[in-house]
Formats: sequence, C-alpha cells, structure tokens
Amino acid sequence: MSSALHTSSAVDLAPHTSFQGLILTLQRFWAAQGCVILQPYDMEVGAGTFHPATTLRALGPKPWKAAYVQPSRRPKDGRYGENPNRLQHYYQFQVILKPNPPNLQELYLASLDAIGVDLKLHDIRFVEDDWESPTLGAWGLGWECWCDGMEVSQFTYFQQVAGVECSPVAGELTYGLERLAMYVQGVENVYDLNFNGGTGDDKVTYGDVFLQSEQEYSRHNFEAADTAMLFRQFTDAEKACRTYLDAGAPEGESGRHRMAQPAYDQCIKASHVFNLLDARGVISVTERQSYILRVRELAKACGAAYLKTAGGGAA
Amino acid sequence: MPDLLLELRSEEIPARMQRRAADDLRKLVTDALVDRGFLYDGAKAFATPRRLALHIAGLPARGKDVREERKGPRVGAPEGAVQGFLKGAGLASLDQATIVSDPKKGEFYVAIIERPGRDTLDVLAEILPQIIRSFPWPKSMRWGAASAQAGALRWVRPLQSIVATFGPETETPDVVPFSVDGIAAGTTTYGHRFLAPEAIEVRRFDDYVAALERAKVVLDADRRKDIILHDARDLAFARGLELVEDEGLLEEVAGLVEWPVVLLGTFDPAFLDIPAEAIRATIKANQKCFVLREPGAERLAPAFILTSNLVASDGGLAITAGNERVVRARLSDAKFFWETDKAIRLEDRLPKLDSIVFHEKLGTQGERVQRIAALARELAPLVGADPDLAERAARLAKADLVTEMVGEFPELQGLMGRKYAVLQGEHASVAAAVEDHYKPVGPSDRVPTDPVAVAVALVDKLDTLAGFWAIDEKPTGSKDPYALRRAALGVIRLILESKVRLPLHSQIGHAFQELLIQNAKMGMPSSYKEYPVEFVNLTAAQEKFSPFDRSLLPPIQAGATEYRVVKSAESYFFNADLVSFFADRLKVYLRDQGARHDLIDAVFALPGQDDLLMVVRRVEALGKFLETDDGKNLLAGYKRAANILRIEEKKDGRSYEAVPDAALAARGEPEERALSDALIAARSAASAAVEREDFAGAMQALSILRAPVDAFFEKVTVNAEDPALRENRLALLNALRAATREVADFSKIEG
Repeated sequence: MSSALHTSSAVDLAPHTSFQGLILTLQRFWAAQGCVILQPYDMEVGAGTFHPATTLRALGPKPWKAAYVQPSRRPKDGRYGENPNRLQHYYQFQVILKPNPPNLQELYLASLDAIGVDLKLHDIRFVEDDWESPTLGAWGLGWECWCDGMEVSQFTYFQQVAGVECSPVAGELTYGLERLAMYVQGVENVYDLNFNGGTGDDKVTYGDVFLQSEQEYSRHNFEAADTAMLFRQFTDAEKACRTYLDAGAPEGESGRHRMAQPAYDQCIKASHVFNLLDARGVISVTERQSYILRVRELAKACGAAYLKTAGGGAA
Repeated sequence: MPDLLLELRSEEIPARMQRRAADDLRKLVTDALVDRGFLYDGAKAFATPRRLALHIAGLPARGKDVREERKGPRVGAPEGAVQGFLKGAGLASLDQATIVSDPKKGEFYVAIIERPGRDTLDVLAEILPQIIRSFPWPKSMRWGAASAQAGALRWVRPLQSIVATFGPETETPDVVPFSVDGIAAGTTTYGHRFLAPEAIEVRRFDDYVAALERAKVVLDADRRKDIILHDARDLAFARGLELVEDEGLLEEVAGLVEWPVVLLGTFDPAFLDIPAEAIRATIKANQKCFVLREPGAERLAPAFILTSNLVASDGGLAITAGNERVVRARLSDAKFFWETDKAIRLEDRLPKLDSIVFHEKLGTQGERVQRIAALARELAPLVGADPDLAERAARLAKADLVTEMVGEFPELQGLMGRKYAVLQGEHASVAAAVEDHYKPVGPSDRVPTDPVAVAVALVDKLDTLAGFWAIDEKPTGSKDPYALRRAALGVIRLILESKVRLPLHSQIGHAFQELLIQNAKMGMPSSYKEYPVEFVNLTAAQEKFSPFDRSLLPPIQAGATEYRVVKSAESYFFNADLVSFFADRLKVYLRDQGARHDLIDAVFALPGQDDLLMVVRRVEALGKFLETDDGKNLLAGYKRAANILRIEEKKDGRSYEAVPDAALAARGEPEERALSDALIAARSAASAAVEREDFAGAMQALSILRAPVDAFFEKVTVNAEDPALRENRLALLNALRAATREVADFSKIEG
C-alpha cells in the first residue's frame, strides 16, 4: 500500500486539534504505563466506573491496570443540544491502577503534559472532592483536578467498592474528554469541537456526530421513554440479577462463583433504567432512595460473588 | 537547648482540614512530651496543601534522672512477700536492697531505684510514629500496595515523606530514628510541585523555612492569607475597584496554594443583571474567587480576583484567560437560572413543594406551607400584622426552594424568594417576610422587625418545633440534628425583641392542631405511616381530651368508637414538655445576657409561666427590687420565716396553711397585729399590680412588709406558750411566704 492511503495531509491527530487525537494520545500514554487498553463496555452506563473493568476488578487482591474510553449516559443532563456544556451522552476516559503506584499524581500530570497542557503555563490544582456512588456502594477520597479553575478530571483512591473494603486500594482517574478537548482546542461550544482533525471539507465536528442524537435522546429521556416498560425492566433486571447469582452460586464451602459477571450486567441495567425513570420524573423523592438502595444491594451481592471467582482472587 | 523539626509531606490536604490538623499535631506532640516530663520553650505548627510542619523549641536533650525509694517488707518477712518486693522493684536479690531501721517498725528493706533520664531523641522516636498512626483526621484513607495489609497506615491522602530532626542550633541535628509503614524519617523534602521540583535537604527549622521559601513555598498559612489579601486589595485598587472581603473564602484559598499569585480577571458587564448575591455565590462556591465592587457602592464590578499557585511563564495570561472562561460559563448558567426563574410566579411553584419531603414523618414542604399559612393568619393579630399579608407571605415563603437558583445555591434561599417576590409585585412586607422568616438563624443574626416577617418567622419555627416534638425527635445531649435549640432561641429573640405577648401553651397547641388537622384531612398519607399512633376508645378519648381537642381527632371510620390519637400530641396535652424546653432555652439566653439564674428559677417556679415577655419583665423587676434595702431585708425576713416554718412544720408533722385569724392576732402583741394587717394589704396590692402586669409595683407593694416583718421578729416569740397563739403566728409566717409568691418563689433565690 502506498503511504497516501495511511495518512491524509488534511488530518491532524495532535491532541489539541482533534477530539480523537486527544483520545489516541491518552491511550498511548497509558498503554506505555503498562495498562490494558480496553474498549467501551457494551452496555448503557452512567459513568466509566460502572465498567466491570473498574467495579469488579477493583475487588480482591489481584493487580490490574487498564484504561479505556467509556460512553456515559446521564439522561437528566440532556439539554436538547442547546446547552454548550451539557450532554446526556458524553465520553469519559477512565484509568484504573491497582494497587495505585506511589507516583500516581506525577503520572497524571505527565498525561496532561502529553495532551499539550503546559505545566509552566497553566495552574493545576488538586481540590478536595470525596467521591461516593450510592448505587455502587462505593466511596473513595481524592480530588477534582483543576486546570485554570476548570475541573478536567476526577482523581480517586477507592476505599470501598460494592460494599467491600478495597485491598489493595486502586487509583482511578477519570478525564472528562469533551471538557478537556474544549480546553485544549480553545472552543466555547462542545458542538464546535473538531472531532477528526480534518480541515475544510474534511473537518467533522462533535456536532456533526452528536447534535442530532442529543436532540433525539433528550426528547426520549424527558418526554417519551416508556415508563411502564422501564418499571418492568427494572423489576426484571433485579430479578434476573438474583437468579443468575443463585444459579452460579458456589457448590460447597470452597467452590467458586460461576456467574458473577452476567449478574453484574443486570445490576448495570437496573441502574440505567432507574436513571431513565428519574429523568422522566416518575420517581418521587422518597421512592428515589429506595430504588438507589435496591441497586446497591445488587451491586453488593455481585461484588461478593466476584470475590469468589478467579478474577476476584478466590483460591 | 535543642529543637525538633517535623514535617509530614503528603498529597494535597483538603483546605478545610489544614488549620485544625496543624493544631492537633502541635497539641498531640507537646502533650505526649509533657506527659513524659519533657518541657519546652515554645511550639508552633504550620500547614500548606502538601505538608504539616511542627517546630518545638527548647527541649532538653535528655529527660531528668529519676530516683525512687520503694519500701519493702520487714527483715525476716515470709519468702512470698520478699519475692513480690524484689519482682516489683526489679531487683535480682536482697543484696541489692538497703536495710533501714525504724524505732517503731524495726528493720525493713528499701529498694532504691535509679532511672537515668531517657534521650529525648529516643522518646521522640517512640512518640512520633504513634501520633502519626492515630492522627485524628476527620476522614482518612489507605493507599498503594501497603493497603492490602491489615493495620496499614491511614492518612488524609497518601503520605509521601517525613522530615524529623532534633538537635541544638550549633550542631548538625540528628534524624529522629523512626519509620512508619516503610516511610523513614529523614532530612529530604520537596518544595513547590511545579516551580521547584528538586529535592531539598533541610537541617533545622530556620533553614527549613528559608529553603522552602526559596523553593516557592510559604509555610505559614497566615502569611499566605496576608499576601493574598494585600495583593488582592492592591490589584483592585489599581483598577479603581474595591475587594469584597470574605474571611471564609480567604482561609480556604490560602489552603489551596503554597505560593499565592493573585490575578485579576474580568467578565462581561451584561452579567451584572444577575443579583449580586448570586454572582458572588457562584464565583465563590465554584471558582473560589473573590468579587469586586465599585468603591463605596453595593454594585459589583465586572471583575474578579483569582489566586493561582503558579508564577506562570506568560505572567498569568493563560491562567487568567482560562479562569475567565469558566467564570463566563458559570455566569451564563446563573443568568439562565435567573431568567428562567423570573418567568414563573412563586405561587405557581407551590405544587412542586408537594414532592419535596420535609421529613419523612412530617410530610412534604407543601404540607408544611399549608400549616404555616394557617398559623400565620391566626397569629398575625398578636404581633400587629395584617392576617392576609401574613398568610400570603407564609404561602410564598418556601416557593424559592424549587427555583433553579436556589437549587444551585441553597445558601441563597429566602434571598432569591424576596427578589422574585419584589419582581412579581408582592407587597413590600410580604417580600421582606419571604427572606426574613428564616431569621434569626443564630444568636448574632438580625431579628426581623416588620410584623409580617415576625409572624411568619414565629410560626415557621413553632411548626418545626411542634412537629419534631410530635414525632419525638427532641434534641438530646449534644445531638440536635434539626437545630431545634436554635429554632427555640429564634422564637425567644423574636418575642423579646419585638415585645410580643405570646402565650406559648396555646400557640404550640395551635401548631399541634394544624398537624392533627392535616393528618385528619389527608386520611393516612404515606408520609405519616410511621407516625406514632395509638388507638383509644371513645370513652377513654372523652376522658382524656376536651371536646375541642376531641373534635380534631379523626375517627377510624364513620360511626367508629375508636379514635386515632397522635401519641406525642397526646403527651403535649398532659405535660407541656415543649413549653419547659422553651423555659430552659430562655434560662440559657438570659444567663448569657447576665441575668441571675436563681431569679429566673424563682419566676419559672410560679405556675403558668408561658408568656416569655412577662417572665423576662418579672425577672428584671425582681432583680431591681432585690438590689434595694427593702428588697434585701424582705428577703432576709422571708428566709427567717421560711426557716422557722420548716423546723416547726417538721417538728409538728403538719403544715400551717390556715388563714391567720385577725381577731386572734389582735389579742397578741401589737407587732403581731401590725403584721397581720400589713400582710392583708400587701398581698392584695401585689396581686392587683401583677394583674396589671406592673411587676415593679407588685414588688413595691411587698416592700411595705419590711418594717412589720422586722418588728415582728424583734418583739414577738413565735413559739408562744399558748398553742392557739403559736399556731396563728406560724400561720402569719406562712402568709408572708404566700404573699411573696405573688411575684416569685423566694425559696429559689440565693443569698
């Protein structure tokens, strides 16, 4: 093949000229640190943390290093494509390192440098932010990472996940990709981001890719999502999660669990369905708490099951 | 004398924890030293985002030698006693003990134990790791590979290095030899993360501070605050503006930087349409920046002050531009909230309050608004407020809770409500009450004066108190999660400062009734599921409740013979627990104001004291009266009478409460007759004055008793031979006791 087929002169993959260039740079950076570069989980999730590569792999004693992009859905954050900063579907770049290396802060700063944030020019700050996910039964301590007053990442040392004390502790980094890209590209509106690094006719913007879907999904999330179906789906997912956990339960004292991950998929499902119901405004404040608790119970049961698997370090 | 330098360097410590942590470190280390007999000249602790440091000056190099004599058994004591003595004193054999002879006890053994003072360095090596391991962080964490082990070190964020040196000024100090979870104390630290990333070797405090300063770290938080404040003022001044100072924000910002670099950013003046409080709230809460105003004016300027942690290679242009960009986005949000909120009238927001739970057992904010609207209407005349306005204000008071702006900045509740109320043309008193009904929030907060605001502020707090009393969620000890003490203090200050006559019994009764009525109207809403109820039958209900109270009790079903009774409301009807809670809070309040607690007790000991304004007036009058000679003497006479009565009543096993017989008194001494006459006159005059709420007058009326009481005790023998006379004289003393009870229970007064 000729080299012209490999690269087009109109496309620039530098991190500050294209959205995908930013992603590719981060992937290369963390790959160089020994991370497994995974692809997004193939289910609807509210944040990169829900990916089993984070939630489940944070459990148990086995070391683990991974990085991946995770499309994240927050139905309530939809703004019909009219808000320059808010999206109901966006990308997180997620890094998980277990145990966290002693120089994780330095690695994070080096990754910023890699994507073109000049640390002699920009004011990077670690501002207290204690992370908690009530649905996952998880919490950790860490920071929001600020660049010139803007939050660009979350930095968390997991202390507990799925109700289980982390042992050892994993470090989790979450980059808000759109925000970071807007910053390095110097763009005020997310839909104006250069997605592919092309110029002129070759340029594809974030809006070209996602504006229509933001409009359609906002309509769906707030106005149309079939709530009767969703309530059924919640109950079904909850039931299925329990069924799979029971069906895969270890036989005898020292046996292993055989279906922790399929059960966890149902937990993820229940969580997303809950978010959709919440966006539709059909869950009252009092009920809200009880739904969150129900998802947490599933997450805890899945976490307990995972600890009885090879991945969870069971003998 | 040698000094200790300790530095605990970690990843970024939350700003709000730094000062407290430095104090704790100083206290824990110095206390541990003092406990072991090591005194010092001075100690000071410091905190930056990345380190806690401690300097203790003037410690001894080693502790004092200790010589102790321990007395043992007599010579020739049984073997068991001797062995016990040797073991306890740490001796190998009796050869090491001294024999002392005593003329009385004979000869016995004494062990002389001499312990040389320990090296301070060793003691520090023992103390410091213990303190680090058990440091009282509000929240702490584990990290890294070590976190897989049980008992791993916990710190606020990962601890990176420890500097610990000890030694005199003139020599190279020693490293305190210890390590915690693999982190060994040493002499290496690091300065500013970006401006001076190289390692620094330090020896003692003086060169440590200087080295850090060179490495772009200002160790002292107060100095960082000073730099920020002065630079911010100067930058503002240079632009002809004025800094809106904010101590809390300054403290926080100083905890976010090691090397403060103050910069000024601007924003589009069009954003100044947003209420200044909202601009300030978003710039402060989200960006940790200060706002600026036109000199001497309330109006904000379209500029802000940010504090960066970097001397940037472009002089801060990129940092300023970045912050301006974020501030612009934040203000766009705030403007959107403001515009959206203005489009909906406050009353149209009320249905949304029905979905906000106030407390799971007390229903929603919507239900609460119904109650306080009814209460405000009823209470309004007592404070001179228009009932319609009071009701309107109460209905709108909570509406701003469902505005976008308050959703984003909860601290703006009330204030935004007022702005929206003004915009939609509400009566000025209504708009003011929407903001002020939360007041007073603390002991130093402003108390509203507009009668409408006073009415709504009172009923808002009374409803809260009655509600939490009804579900038995009273404050206990140091626990007061619903700030009920603060609410009661608020009621007290409102009553006293507005001079409101408010019989608390009936007002609290009304508040309870609103809860009951709502409960009845709504049948059994889900939020009341856990309401503590019991069922009483009709006969019992008739016995327990007045017809009016009974009419409020919802029947289980038509024609039922049982009533559902809210248990704690029932307890109100019988013990007025909440009124006594108010009495307690009032005592605390008056004591803080300098009133004598015994006088407060003396007034509260009278029955039916639920009108706080009258209680306070009575306490004041009593205090003044007792400062006069008449008052002092009458109190002395009262005490004497009460003593005699107590003794005689005990002796006779009966009380003397009969009305004194005037005819009998007339047969006795003239002083006896005089006192009898004076008592009748004084008591009726005092009683009449109390009726008129003229407490000074009542005290004055009692003061005419002074001379007859003094004369009585001087001339009359109480314990007369004639039993009838004696009994009547005791009854006279009792009448004196009764007369003083017109104004207060004198038995509670000290002195």
